[in-house]
Amino acid sequence: MTDAHCSIASGAVPSAAVAATASLRPKMAARNLDFFYNDFQALKNINFNIAEKRVTALIGPSGCGKSTLLRVFNRIYLIYPKQEAKGEVLLDGENILDPRFPLNRLRSKVGMVFQKPVPFPMSIYDNIAYGIRHYEKLPKSEMDARVEQALIQGALWGEVKDKLKQSALGLSGGQQQRLCIARAIALKPDVLLLDEPTSALDPLATGKIEQLISELKKEFTIAIVTHNMQQAARVSDWTGFFWLNEQRSGILAEFGETQQMFTSPRDRRTEDYITGRFG
Amino acid sequence: MAASGSAITTSMTTAIVDANRRNTRDARADGAFRWLVTAAGMFVLVALAGVALSMLWGGREAFSTFGFNFLFSTEWDAVHHQFGALVPIYGTLVTALIAMLIAVPVSFGIALFLTEVAPNWLRGPVAAAIELLAGIPSIIYGMWGLFVFVPIMAAYVNPWLDSHLGHWPLLGPLFTGPPLGIGMLTAGIVLAIMVIPFVSSVMREVFLTVPTRLRESAYALGSTTTEVVWDIVLPYTRSAVIGGIFLGLGRALGETMAVTFVLGNAHRLSASLLEPGNSIAATIANEFTEADSDIYRSSLIALGFLLFVVTFIVLTVAKLMLRRLSRHEGAK
Amino acid sequence: MSAVADRLYRNRRIKNGIALVLSALSAAFGLFWLVWILWTTLLHGIAAMKPSLFTQMTPPPGADGGIANALFGSLLMSALAILIGTPIGIAAGTYLAEFAKKKAIGETIRFVNDILLSAPSIVLGLFVYTLVVRTTGHFSGFAGALALALIVLPVVVRTTDEMLQLVPSTMREAALSLGVPQWKVTVQVLYRSALPGIMTGVLLALARISGETAPLLFTALNNQYWTSDLTAPMASMPVVIFQYAMSPYESWQSLAWAGAFVVTLFVLLIGILSRAILLRTKVTHD
Repeated sequence: MTDAHCSIASGAVPSAAVAATASLRPKMAARNLDFFYNDFQALKNINFNIAEKRVTALIGPSGCGKSTLLRVFNRIYLIYPKQEAKGEVLLDGENILDPRFPLNRLRSKVGMVFQKPVPFPMSIYDNIAYGIRHYEKLPKSEMDARVEQALIQGALWGEVKDKLKQSALGLSGGQQQRLCIARAIALKPDVLLLDEPTSALDPLATGKIEQLISELKKEFTIAIVTHNMQQAARVSDWTGFFWLNEQRSGILAEFGETQQMFTSPRDRRTEDYITGRFG
Repeated sequence: MAASGSAITTSMTTAIVDANRRNTRDARADGAFRWLVTAAGMFVLVALAGVALSMLWGGREAFSTFGFNFLFSTEWDAVHHQFGALVPIYGTLVTALIAMLIAVPVSFGIALFLTEVAPNWLRGPVAAAIELLAGIPSIIYGMWGLFVFVPIMAAYVNPWLDSHLGHWPLLGPLFTGPPLGIGMLTAGIVLAIMVIPFVSSVMREVFLTVPTRLRESAYALGSTTTEVVWDIVLPYTRSAVIGGIFLGLGRALGETMAVTFVLGNAHRLSASLLEPGNSIAATIANEFTEADSDIYRSSLIALGFLLFVVTFIVLTVAKLMLRRLSRHEGAK
Repeated sequence: MSAVADRLYRNRRIKNGIALVLSALSAAFGLFWLVWILWTTLLHGIAAMKPSLFTQMTPPPGADGGIANALFGSLLMSALAILIGTPIGIAAGTYLAEFAKKKAIGETIRFVNDILLSAPSIVLGLFVYTLVVRTTGHFSGFAGALALALIVLPVVVRTTDEMLQLVPSTMREAALSLGVPQWKVTVQVLYRSALPGIMTGVLLALARISGETAPLLFTALNNQYWTSDLTAPMASMPVVIFQYAMSPYESWQSLAWAGAFVVTLFVLLIGILSRAILLRTKVTHD
């Protein structure tokens, strides 16, 4: 146990994580990433790649910084004072943590979907069009097409095409979450960050979202945080397992192909965690 | 091949340049927005400071002319330019005190009724009715006081008080006087009726903050409603209840219209509650437009300043007391 | 043993019963006065109702007339007060909720705003008198509107602040994560979400100023004639009610009752309307 901890601290596992995905084109990557809330270090020395057009799952016990990591990837943490990221996060080789990196370029390239569905208090149509309007001035017909396309990609078109002008607040929870996914992909991003997207949904709605994720990875690079081991096993190609070190900072304990992780994990903590959850 | 490659690069660079430009524009707009709302926030501070300072400035002539005597003199003589604030100060305090003596227990009872006693179907409608009535303009209370309540006081209450309590030792002087109907007692009662809906609404909200599980566990032990209120609800909300009372006191002290109608505008200090009197707000309302000299006007503004200082202190106490409850809630 | 317990229990029950009766009585007592006041206003008000109220100007002493000019003046000044107070109030509330949530300056402004909210309205009138009437040299409808705006401001600040804080932070994150700048997110998403609450606040403020007398007494003063000139003295419902009710003329007193009835009705209607708005949004949110 102590040995394993030492090896993590020395960075052996993280570099292995980088090596594991080196053969694939990394769309995003974390390099020596540290994250702080005030003086508390929430993430320590995170290194891994997110492969292009693959699904990367981030798993691990609560409070070990998975969601925090996701929030670094499109710098949404910036809206809270006293949160700070150090190190590098690369998007197509460019460091997005560089303050000169334009925030709205980052956020149009890297979309995010949150734990609870948050439809804006406007019509279904306007929910989708809202983000697009900020980036492009489109004539009505083109905007209609874009909204339709996003809703089709979000697997929601069939259910809402007759009530686009109705308030999005009237949709069911699962529909709302798919609306949020459609809203994010309407901006044609490269990367989608999903922060426990199904934790507030029932099994049926969860199944639909998982199906949607498998569909979406043909076009988008996806990183998903989940507490549901089966879900990680079902939808992801790569898995990163997070754990807490003795200072209660989140570390990346193991990273590898999902199949390998779930069948023969190298780290004993991973094995305990996965099997514990699998029962 | 090479041509198409460079075309892609050009379009990509244009996209990046576009994004950079939009980013700068967004950042600038965000900055302006932030500046705008910050200015509005500061405006609130400036407004209150302006209120205080303008009255201090407007009252400076009175303060410098009369000094501390302004606070302790009962003289109010527009002809000879002699002004003292004691009568209005006394009237303000006494009417507010009478109002609170009546309003506090009644409001407490109403709040209890609405949170612990009344059947559930009755609670919502009665609470809503009381809150609606709390919004009725004070001038309506004043009018009702003048046309309906004053005659009743004059015909029945004042004579009764005079003949039954008037000869008592100590209390007697408070209740001797002509059956005019107008006066400090009447003003105090009208004020009380006016602040009851307000104070009981605040108290009701305060009582509702007591966690249900606390209440339920006490009932589960076999406590009666009274015991739950006494042992659970009150200790939990004590400071906030006092805060609510002080909010009501702030209202009663500063109220103009409800008292102006029924107070009598008399600048004479008298022990009797049945005699006409004056309050700070009523004096200003009655005399300000008639003030024909600078020192007269300055004295009235100085009165306003005193009223502001007193209510500021009372409201500060109220806020601090009410805040204790929210901290209490946050801690649990 | 059990006899003692029984007696104890009976005593507790009796004490409880007395307390409950007292509390119900106090509720009845409180409501009794309020109903009486409403009843009086209704009775005198309806007796004084006539069409000429809304077409004729306030009359000279003893004569007959209406309150058209006062109604118009009140509407004009209240509208102007809302127009001035609401934007500043929404902006300041936005500052408190979005930019100064846990900062000392935010707490200070919140505190000061609450003081302003409960400050005696006559004091606000004095402030505007020194600020505007003194410097321009005459009473004016504009000064009256400004004094009323000072009452509107803290109400709107407080409701905006509270309502924006009720918007879940995930809403902000979701909108910001699209790369939309904060000002747009606030104006287009957060305000929309908080709109019913803010509207209720504005309505409450309107209800409050439509009956406010004290701050108008020496800012807008009064005017016997119809005027829409904001630089001239202007009649208002509350001031006319005050002046006419205090007068010895019966025709004036009856006009005052009519005015009181109209104002009360207006205030109660707004109160019910704002409650309905809040109730409706609560239903759709569930």
